[in-house]
Amino acid sequence: MSATTAAVLQIVTLVAALALTVGPLGRWLAHTYTSPRHWAVERGAYRLLRLDPDADQHWRTYLISVLGFSMASVLLLFAFGRLQQHLPLSLGFPALPSDGAWNTAVSFTTNTNWQWYSGEAATGHLFQMSGLAVQNFVSAAVGMAVAAAFARALARSGAGGRVGNFWADLVRGVVRVLLPISFVAALLLVLMGAVQNLDAPHAITTLTGQVQHVTGGPVASQEAIKELGTNGGGFYNANSSHPFENPTPLSNLLEIYLLLLISFAMAWAFGIIVRSRRQGAAIMSVMGVLWLTGVALLTWSELAGPGLAPAAAGGAMEGKETRFGEAASALFAASTTATSTGAVNSMHDSLTAPGGGVAMFNMMLGEIAPGGVGSGLYGMLMLAIVTVFLCGLMVGRTPEYLGKKIGQPEIVLVAFYVLTTPALVLAGIAIGISFEDGLAGLQESGPHGLSEALYAVTSASNNNGSAFAGLTAGTPFWNVLLGVCMLFGRFLPMVFVLALAGRFAAQQKLPESAGTLPTHRPLFVTLLSGVALVVVGLTFVPVLTLGPIVESLA
Amino acid sequence: MKDLFQLARHSVAGLLTLLLFTAVLGLGYPLAVTGIAAVSMPWRANGSLVTAEGDHTTNPSDAVGSQIIGQAADGTLFLPRPSAAGEGWDPLSSYGSNLGPDNEDLVATIKQRKAEIAQREGVDPADVPADAVTASASGLDPDISPAYAALQVPRVARANGLSEKRVRGLVADHIDGRTLGVLGEPRVNVLMLNVAVRDAARLG
Repeated sequence: MSATTAAVLQIVTLVAALALTVGPLGRWLAHTYTSPRHWAVERGAYRLLRLDPDADQHWRTYLISVLGFSMASVLLLFAFGRLQQHLPLSLGFPALPSDGAWNTAVSFTTNTNWQWYSGEAATGHLFQMSGLAVQNFVSAAVGMAVAAAFARALARSGAGGRVGNFWADLVRGVVRVLLPISFVAALLLVLMGAVQNLDAPHAITTLTGQVQHVTGGPVASQEAIKELGTNGGGFYNANSSHPFENPTPLSNLLEIYLLLLISFAMAWAFGIIVRSRRQGAAIMSVMGVLWLTGVALLTWSELAGPGLAPAAAGGAMEGKETRFGEAASALFAASTTATSTGAVNSMHDSLTAPGGGVAMFNMMLGEIAPGGVGSGLYGMLMLAIVTVFLCGLMVGRTPEYLGKKIGQPEIVLVAFYVLTTPALVLAGIAIGISFEDGLAGLQESGPHGLSEALYAVTSASNNNGSAFAGLTAGTPFWNVLLGVCMLFGRFLPMVFVLALAGRFAAQQKLPESAGTLPTHRPLFVTLLSGVALVVVGLTFVPVLTLGPIVESLA
Repeated sequence: MKDLFQLARHSVAGLLTLLLFTAVLGLGYPLAVTGIAAVSMPWRANGSLVTAEGDHTTNPSDAVGSQIIGQAADGTLFLPRPSAAGEGWDPLSSYGSNLGPDNEDLVATIKQRKAEIAQREGVDPADVPADAVTASASGLDPDISPAYAALQVPRVARANGLSEKRVRGLVADHIDGRTLGVLGEPRVNVLMLNVAVRDAARLG
């Protein structure tokens, strides 16, 4: 079988696995976020924590819960990192420096998992499994909660700005969805070869008499939630290219499947929550079309292998593993940047110029196709609102989405949402390349040097976490700058989403009329895809031209 | 002001929630997975270690390496890909080169590797496959392409007093095809192949 045929069939296998499971999981997610019943174990937790899971929170209260929980997360993780040398299983590693601990605390709380450090050389097992991996679960659950609140708000009518209960959403997301799937996936990963123990590195005498240190760690359990929760922070420096994290082509497929699963299923759940499956199907179609386009372009580019180094070598294998090859690496790269995962099974800095450009473009889209768990859905719905607004302007009618009027206050919130990450990216890159401290981190010169810095601020502002890792990011300058990008890139959009959710929940649902733009037909799918591409295109073309585009043409 | 007070209150609730989550997700979950893995899949959970005879072991002092972690070899054996992990093959420093696709140093290094390998194996530089001259992503790639293995057969056969046919047979036995016919790429596990070569040389 030719490499191209195998590449296509590999994608088909993945799509088939997703197609079979997204429906049932979507139904389960919809039930999870709308059912009035609590599980016994959940009730126990609420009693212990003295939380009222049935309080229907006003959007402002919901937001304050989100921010309060996340603030506690940043502080606890910061303290954990600064104190790790005093804790068990530290493997003798010292405290993280204060700028590094800040960066990591923000990074994992915001579902970004940008890593300035090298896991096997800086972090002990306890910090990884009880600090970082816990945030992998809960930061994912926070994103899903906000998306669920927004979907419920669209389904409500005259509810006075009430959008549901954050604590119940948080606990249910973890208990009913993330934990059970992770548990099964972790055991499957061990079966395929991922390690799972609490050992320090063992010195081994190799076949030719040299000494090699074989590392241990609770890797499989972290790997599972790292993909499922679109987090992406590797246990080891080499992330999912490390054989102990991603041992076989089959584990590779499992990991790609996991990192796409919930984001697609959330779109299906959305349709169920707003009581119109066709609406969910339309959103899912846009996600699918954009994702597959990125996969196709990246796969084509890596298999074709343009560039001086791939030409000299006879293939784009620098920074790729033999067991994955170009195709399975491209599929991973396109999927990890189209979600907010940022795990990597190849070194993105060594991707071909067009391939690296596609990865960057995927993140610049705002990670909506299918995006991070939860954040992908609300990001796509914001663009859906932009789309109905634009169409409304064309025909001169007040735009509406799912029976909710898009008036001036609503569209202002959406505009703020759409502008937040581009503003962070463009301000971030301007700051990054204006200071000596910023430029000092670049490994490459010329356009690829700009691409390294651009990739970093794009990845941080969109909460992705992958890197063109030639950039030396572990300096106070980059740690602070990227920390700020991650923090605002995560929580400012949530403010606008929840404010909008409050307005929608308060509105009465308008009946459909002859003038309503149908938002479930192929025409709308096309329009929404177009809007997504145009919004990003207009914002980022100038800087993309100076980086990956000029590289590709060189 | 009222909002700030409320934020503080919710942060405290958040902190308590987080502590409970830390116990369940940060200790209960990974330890449960560790426990189940230790009982049902001890060899995998402990890093897929193998002895010089190729047998599975969980004791690091009996092992010559992990089946799924690449290691350096010498000129008598099949050689792995270039490694950018630390000084080479260092699991305490896993990584790729991260050099860009048009990086001049990388291009020069690739050309140099190609010339060296061509000379070492006595073949035309154009016949040296891409994986032989590029550093992997992890620096710990346990595999090489079947093409790179085939290239090394004459040298390894000579060095171990084996016939080329015999060594070619060993390579064929160690080729893993694409999983399910479509996933990943065909590959040869270097450590397991070298163990087999040593075995064959010992038994004659």
